[in-house]
Amino acid sequence: MQDRIKYWKGIEELENTPEFAKHAHNEFPEFLPLNETPGDSKSSQVTAPRRDFLKLLGFGLAAATLASCEAPVRKAIPYLNKPVDVEPGVANWYASTYFSHGDYNSILIKTREGRPIKIEPNPMSSVTPLGTSPRAQASVLNLYDNNRLRTPLLKGKEAKWEDVDREITAALNGVSGKVVLVSSTVASPSTKQLIDEFGSRFGSFEHVTYDANSASALLAANGGTIPGYDFSKANIIVSVGADFLGSWIAPTPFAKQYIQNRKITKEKAVMSRHYQFETILSLTGANADIRVPIKPSQEAALVSALYNSITGQGGSAPANVDSKAFAAAVRDLNANKGKALVVSGSNDPAVQTMVAALNQALGAEGTTIDTAAPYFVKQGNDAQMLRFIEDLNAGTIGAVFFYNANPAYDHPLADRVKSGLAKVGLKVSFAERVDETAALVDFVTPDNNYLESWNDYEPKRGFLSLAQPVIRPIFTTRQMQDSLLTWSGNTTTFYDYIRNNWRKVASGDFNVFWDKAVHDGVLETGASMLKVSPVANTLTAASAASAAGSRAGGSGIEAVVYEKVQIGPGYEVNNPYLQEAGDPITKATWGNYVAMPRIMAEEMKVVQGDVLRVTTANGKTIEAPALIQPGQAPGTVGIAMGYGRDLESMPVVKGLGANAFPITTVANNSVSYSSVVKLEKTDATSPIAQMQTHHTIMDRLVVQENTLANYQKDPKTVTKYIRIATHDGPVKPATISLWDDYEYKNHHWGMVVDLNSCIGCGACTLSCNIENNIPVVGKAEVINRREMHWMRIDRYYSAKEHEPKDYAEMEHPADNPTVIFQPMMCQHCNHAPCETVCPVAATMHSSEGINQMAYNRCVGTRYCANNCPYKVRRFNWFAYANNDKFDYNMNNDLGKMVLNPDVVVRSRGVMEKCSFCVQRVQLGKLEAKRENRRPKDGEIVTACAQSCPTDAIIFGDMLDPESRIAQVLAKEEGERAFHVLEEINVQPNVTYLTKIRNLA
Amino acid sequence: MISCILKAKHKFLIALLFAVTASFGAWAQASDPANVATKGVEPEATAAASEPGAGADPAVISAGQALFRNNCAACHSAGSEVVVGPGLQGMSQRRNEAWLISWIKNSQALIQSGDADAIAVYEQYNKQAMPSFAFSDDEVKSIIAYVESGVDAAPAGGTATAAAADGSQPIGDQAIGAIGGYLDIILVVLIVVLIVLVVTLLLISSILKNYLNKNKQLDEYDHEIVNQRFDFSKVYKSSAVRTIVALIFVVVLIDLGLDKAMGIGIQQGYQPRQPIAFSHALHAGEHEINCNYCHTTVYESKNASIPSANICMNCHSQIKTESQEIQKIYRALERNKPIEWVRIHNLPDLAYFNHAQHTQVAGVECQTCHGPIQEMDVVYQYAPLTMGWCIDCHRETPLNTKGNGYYDNLVKLHEASSKGAFTVASNGGTECSKCHY
Repeated sequence: MQDRIKYWKGIEELENTPEFAKHAHNEFPEFLPLNETPGDSKSSQVTAPRRDFLKLLGFGLAAATLASCEAPVRKAIPYLNKPVDVEPGVANWYASTYFSHGDYNSILIKTREGRPIKIEPNPMSSVTPLGTSPRAQASVLNLYDNNRLRTPLLKGKEAKWEDVDREITAALNGVSGKVVLVSSTVASPSTKQLIDEFGSRFGSFEHVTYDANSASALLAANGGTIPGYDFSKANIIVSVGADFLGSWIAPTPFAKQYIQNRKITKEKAVMSRHYQFETILSLTGANADIRVPIKPSQEAALVSALYNSITGQGGSAPANVDSKAFAAAVRDLNANKGKALVVSGSNDPAVQTMVAALNQALGAEGTTIDTAAPYFVKQGNDAQMLRFIEDLNAGTIGAVFFYNANPAYDHPLADRVKSGLAKVGLKVSFAERVDETAALVDFVTPDNNYLESWNDYEPKRGFLSLAQPVIRPIFTTRQMQDSLLTWSGNTTTFYDYIRNNWRKVASGDFNVFWDKAVHDGVLETGASMLKVSPVANTLTAASAASAAGSRAGGSGIEAVVYEKVQIGPGYEVNNPYLQEAGDPITKATWGNYVAMPRIMAEEMKVVQGDVLRVTTANGKTIEAPALIQPGQAPGTVGIAMGYGRDLESMPVVKGLGANAFPITTVANNSVSYSSVVKLEKTDATSPIAQMQTHHTIMDRLVVQENTLANYQKDPKTVTKYIRIATHDGPVKPATISLWDDYEYKNHHWGMVVDLNSCIGCGACTLSCNIENNIPVVGKAEVINRREMHWMRIDRYYSAKEHEPKDYAEMEHPADNPTVIFQPMMCQHCNHAPCETVCPVAATMHSSEGINQMAYNRCVGTRYCANNCPYKVRRFNWFAYANNDKFDYNMNNDLGKMVLNPDVVVRSRGVMEKCSFCVQRVQLGKLEAKRENRRPKDGEIVTACAQSCPTDAIIFGDMLDPESRIAQVLAKEEGERAFHVLEEINVQPNVTYLTKIRNLA
Repeated sequence: MISCILKAKHKFLIALLFAVTASFGAWAQASDPANVATKGVEPEATAAASEPGAGADPAVISAGQALFRNNCAACHSAGSEVVVGPGLQGMSQRRNEAWLISWIKNSQALIQSGDADAIAVYEQYNKQAMPSFAFSDDEVKSIIAYVESGVDAAPAGGTATAAAADGSQPIGDQAIGAIGGYLDIILVVLIVVLIVLVVTLLLISSILKNYLNKNKQLDEYDHEIVNQRFDFSKVYKSSAVRTIVALIFVVVLIDLGLDKAMGIGIQQGYQPRQPIAFSHALHAGEHEINCNYCHTTVYESKNASIPSANICMNCHSQIKTESQEIQKIYRALERNKPIEWVRIHNLPDLAYFNHAQHTQVAGVECQTCHGPIQEMDVVYQYAPLTMGWCIDCHRETPLNTKGNGYYDNLVKLHEASSKGAFTVASNGGTECSKCHY
């Protein structure tokens, strides 16, 4: 008998813990939200006395009667002078760029009546034409953050720009000592040039660049730039701890390249093979064909062994590393020279030097590494920053500026930064809010949000892009570049400065060129403007190998500090959408935790949610709850950066999680993101708001996967189809039906989700949230299993379930499971079970195949949610708007600006769910009708499909034979196309394509 | 005798009551169809089509009419009266076509070229420069053809605004209204006849009774019959009558209550005072300015949009500058404070409505929903804007499929499967997510 694959959503389900069993049998939390603190059993026993109830009833009735006598007078306020290109009710789109700490996206910004409300990818860009990163999606809400500074601060007090300018200029004129501008990576050519010009006035000036999640070693090993990796050209990808799909270097472009070589069809039944050696279970590791858990201290040995094996010196897998997988990786690399790529996320110069040598030995340069187009998205130099911190403490710095930098929080030597800052005469921060560093400076001169600023970027040599403001500054903030210009006594604006600067790369009439560049948002003529300072590598491959040999495989528990896909290094954490988005792997929201392997938890007698005290090498302690993470390398724990903020300016994350940066250390002149720690169990517990076990699958066939070998043999065998036995033999479930089928004449909207392309990043979920005004419910409500996401990415762990006879040899399935992602949203069933049970017909089928939901008709019986086999319906347990209990963006006037005016904000007590973005469907049809034609395929797309960086979601009209969806369905019918739970014959309009793994 | 009179009085009262109720019911029935008629599509479109100008191609004229309404009507009338610039009637007699074309395309250039006619016109109308229009020659010719055709001047009134000048309601409404008037008269006559009849009968009966009583030849039994009296106390003491009256009272109360309750939130007839006494009757009615001239986005957006002050300034920088009301606009501009109009048509948030879908795609006239806007000095809410009102229209209105490639195949499919009209509803126009999302 063939081994069966068993899927589970979390350890709880695999082991069937009592907690899980309880939830499984009681899927919907039933305690009524009458009490103020839901879930608090004590207060739920308090009942309102009957007389109070009657009084309230009577008063309520009287109030309602009075209120209904007169409708409120509403005002309609037109423009005084309407701008020519703003039409009320019509969206305008502007090309721009989102860049934040390495995350680069060329974007289109949708504005309505002059306010930006949605971010979409810019198809004109060749770097990120498909989708955006999750953070880029959510970034539009950062603009409407009430906690941004409204004015500049002078010694902590609100001040006027004139006063601040005067004082800073005076201080700069009399500065003694070195002037330093500390920033994270500046990928803007004009800004960089401006900083150099600004500094040229001073006798001694330095622009210090560092990144919170540093790639300094990678830069050093490659002459100061990041090699132009091209994953689309690689047949074999070996990644040693590099989460290149989630958080490493440039995830959005990498995801697009990676997936090009992973999409398969009958005609092109080949795909890349991806090996991942890593400590934490990262998003990239979850997508790998072969994943091997290793300790961070083994990275050097592993890379060195790989290097030796490829260069023919003979190497073998380090101890405790799966030797079969290692041998397979070496074999594949050797067989695919010129078509292979090795990447490493390590910040150890020796490791990166060897990786560079390894790629050279594999002939990657010029093939899988585009030497002409290196990446500029990370330029931080650890050594330079460390030198600066020494200078700071030595008191030789006269003035310091912080731009997009927060070293008092996110540098391993944060304490030294704090102590050193006291010795500086002039301290200025451009932070948008009072962060840890800005709290220590004299002047905070808040920078504009990127949606209010002009800027230019060069993420990759020869690929320029522009950012343009789409709204006037909401507060009295000023763009950092304009501040620098003012303080240099330069009266030009930064807009003119960029414009002038771009004359260098212009051709033809400049005005025409400029207008086109602003319109397109990108300029990809190969012209380059960004100057990066080369970094010489002091190591050679041989010396690196010997250095790597000396890296001791430490004893004790190794902790890894990693970057979460949604949270990043911690600059955009005050965004409730990002907090509630949930980590792609752990599905945990609102806070960080200590991710530990199961064995360690069993040894320490720790259960999930127990608070652990982590003591770092230098004696600092942090406390965070434990999360048992399948796939976490034995003897290691992982803690995400970005949390542990105790700032008034970040109320959304205040008090959430712990700051992991104290775990990082400085070694070999660079920042090391892993170190040996001590773990202790405390008596406290702290629940983790995880989403993945909120629904059960009860062992049903929900996701499907198969191997490439099987697909190449016969594509018709890779998907299992359930057949119903009849006296005519087995038949498709859809052929037996009690119901009359709907007749679709006009359109029949449908969706195809390619599980092979989905990397699980969650950009679609965020895109959906913002497009559809989905409320943020907060940590307590997520724990209550009442999140409102219309679309979720189900993450299933899986392992082969062996025959009982193998049981003795069997590894525990949770130790290194494979992972599969499945985007799940309303399936828009043609025979929808929800429609038939609604007592008030609030949900019903449209003549275009959409399962409609009329909120105003819904009375909240929740029958539909109970009857939905996919568990995609969401109930509004509370009024989430204008409610102080949910003090997120829907509770203040500024935050509400992000709401999509075409979608209603639902009230308490109604059911809601994915609508197939019916507002977009209606608008697309209207545009077509206005032009007297049928809609073109690709014109009408849902938010999730538009934002997917890997093109995993196809939306379209299945009745249009020319449409992509119709063609894909015709092609994949009987091969990879399947419906989830086909046997219950609800006939969904969403089709999934089986995932194919290229196993070694 | 007294009892007899009493009796007669009672009978009379009952008859009167009956007659009044009957006529009221009939009147209510008569008024209903009138309501329905106003809900339908405006019949004026057909009137416009059947009124071609003499001699010229009707297509050219209607194209010219559209151009005129959208571009010229703000400053020129098609007749002879002066608005800002001269009335255009007879312009092709006054000037040759080439001159007109170059003037319309760029009047300033013509003036600067030293053209005597151009300078004269410019001087005559207070040196008010006419803006340049990027028309093709054919478009200018079509405008000229339209002005010369005198379509607007035709008595039947081609355009919606012309119909308004007649001060009439839509035609269907009128016809039914006339019939309703006749019915009223007939009813009144009938009631009068009935009353006369009843009175006559009562008189006859009392005369007969008197006669019989005087006769005295009647025996006891007959006498009793002749002089029998009806005991009215029995009526109001009867439990059946009491129950019926109570029931009627309750039913009426419930009906009234329901009626009131259903009316909550319906603002039909809502006519708030606006900050500026702007008159649609003057602008849209008398001056026939096209709706689209001010409500610029009505054909392209979900919002028809309330005009910004700079649109007012297109004309009012010159016209009626000393008016108190216009001064308010100047003040708003000077103080940089927008004008806060009171919103009349308030759809709830849960309903999505798109003007472009109805105006451009469906070709619905503004008046269908907004009523005789060209007669309103102060705008009021004409339609109830209830869901039932929307749905009724969607059920009855045929889709405007003509010439729209979107519907070509749908029309064929519909004709193949159904004989009924291809209404909005039959294309899914009554489904929830057409308006609720």
